[in-house]
Amino acid sequence: MSAPLIQAKGVSVAMNGHLALQHVDMEVRPGEIITVVGPNGSGKTTLLRALIGAVPLKQGQVTRAEGLRVGYVPQALSIDPTLPLTVTRFLSLPVRRDAAARAQALTQAGAAGLEQRQMSELSGGQFQRVLLARALLEDPQLLVLDEPTTGLDQPGSAGFYRQIEALRAQTGCAVLMVSHELHVVMSASDRVICLNGHVCCHGAPDVVASAPEYRALFGSGTGGALALYRHDHDHHHHHDHDHEHDHA
Amino acid sequence: MTTTTITTMIMTTSMIMLDDFLIRATLAGIGVALAAAPLGCFVVWRRMAYFGDATAHAAVLGVALSLALSISIFAGVLGVALVMALLVSGLSSRVLAIDTMLGVLSHSALALGLVAVSLLEGVRLDLMSYLFGDILAVGRVDLAVIWAGSLIVLGLMFWRWQPLLAATLSSDMAHASGINPARERLILTVALAVTVAVAIKVVGVLLIAAMLIIPAAGARPLARTPEGMGALAAIIGIAAAVAGLQASAQFDTPAGPSIVCVAALIFMVTQGLSGMRGR
Repeated sequence: MSAPLIQAKGVSVAMNGHLALQHVDMEVRPGEIITVVGPNGSGKTTLLRALIGAVPLKQGQVTRAEGLRVGYVPQALSIDPTLPLTVTRFLSLPVRRDAAARAQALTQAGAAGLEQRQMSELSGGQFQRVLLARALLEDPQLLVLDEPTTGLDQPGSAGFYRQIEALRAQTGCAVLMVSHELHVVMSASDRVICLNGHVCCHGAPDVVASAPEYRALFGSGTGGALALYRHDHDHHHHHDHDHEHDHA
Repeated sequence: MTTTTITTMIMTTSMIMLDDFLIRATLAGIGVALAAAPLGCFVVWRRMAYFGDATAHAAVLGVALSLALSISIFAGVLGVALVMALLVSGLSSRVLAIDTMLGVLSHSALALGLVAVSLLEGVRLDLMSYLFGDILAVGRVDLAVIWAGSLIVLGLMFWRWQPLLAATLSSDMAHASGINPARERLILTVALAVTVAVAIKVVGVLLIAAMLIIPAAGARPLARTPEGMGALAAIIGIAAAVAGLQASAQFDTPAGPSIVCVAALIFMVTQGLSGMRGR
């Protein structure tokens, strides 16, 4: 296996006086799709922020590959209404891009032709796709998405995840995303990390889904969703199911 | 030979022009408007209006300090404004909302400055000129200081425009692209302190925040991009400075407040235009 793009070892992060993350170990390798699931307040966003260096670590370390290019799609980016911003202008942040590159990124993200629109006029789905297009312009080795489908309806988010899968196939970038929509996300993921302040369990999607730690966190309510996932999964392709199952 | 003559003529003319107090005042106003435009946009986008107020109000304390220590007013104000801005930007309270904290600091600094000025012995100080500006008394040295400060602020804004904008949108997104949002905020803080220091003579401490916010807010309805808003804010600020000074001379009204009144008038017009277009 190739060297990890990004690796966390024994990472603890303190937020407002309490430990949001405790002794988290994880890594992302080139080309894989990893989904982080967990209840509200389980430190999912904090984990992403720790990985990109946006929060100080209390303990442990994060190692990024030399010159790693990260495309970051923040959760529900709020643009102040006093800030006028066309899609074209937004795509040129923080580095100016030429028109051809912008158009290509928009097409890749499924948002072709939106160049002249104001960011504030976009629908929820268009907005998320434009955020994705901006991240793609970083030519990322690793795409980081924080709850990218917040505010999208079910077909909308399913479509968004299909786009992510297609992008991975197309560009070979690794994907690390946080999501609460387990049943939709899992079919596309190579590995799932179940987080609740610490790593509860991780591994292949169906291994995690049947883990007692996971069931304890999400209850039996996901039973139906799980069945949906299994059904979906059985009719498509096969993972090898020998991923380790770590009781952290 | 002809070129030399022309150059001499131009130089003589400009000397004569600079001798006119109204010309100097206008140039000073334009200088401040230019620096305040891009900075004011960030103040508006990042919701730092109170922050600007607090920094400006602390300037009175800077005036008192400069007189007590016999240093230049510009240096004293710059120093105190910088300390205040750094203090406020590092501020986070778990108990009080940020605008409450800023309100406390802002008005305390103003009150402390006023008290400190009154305690100075043997100094007769025209307090009004610092509270509302004294643009008609701008001398050549003042003009040079104002333009030097404005060019520094403009330079900082041009240099850091892209990362500042990225950090304003999302600090996490900026981090992921290798930008340090804390550093960008520090640059804004320094630019704000310099602007306060050069603007105190032009509009006075009570109205500095107005020169930052009103032109930027007036530009918003007509702008489609951040750069467009910055440029429009500059045009509005300059128009306000020129027209305000003319009005002040015409109607014998105080210069600084007249400039701000014109800016407010332009603001109302652009708001009205956007309201009509929205219907």
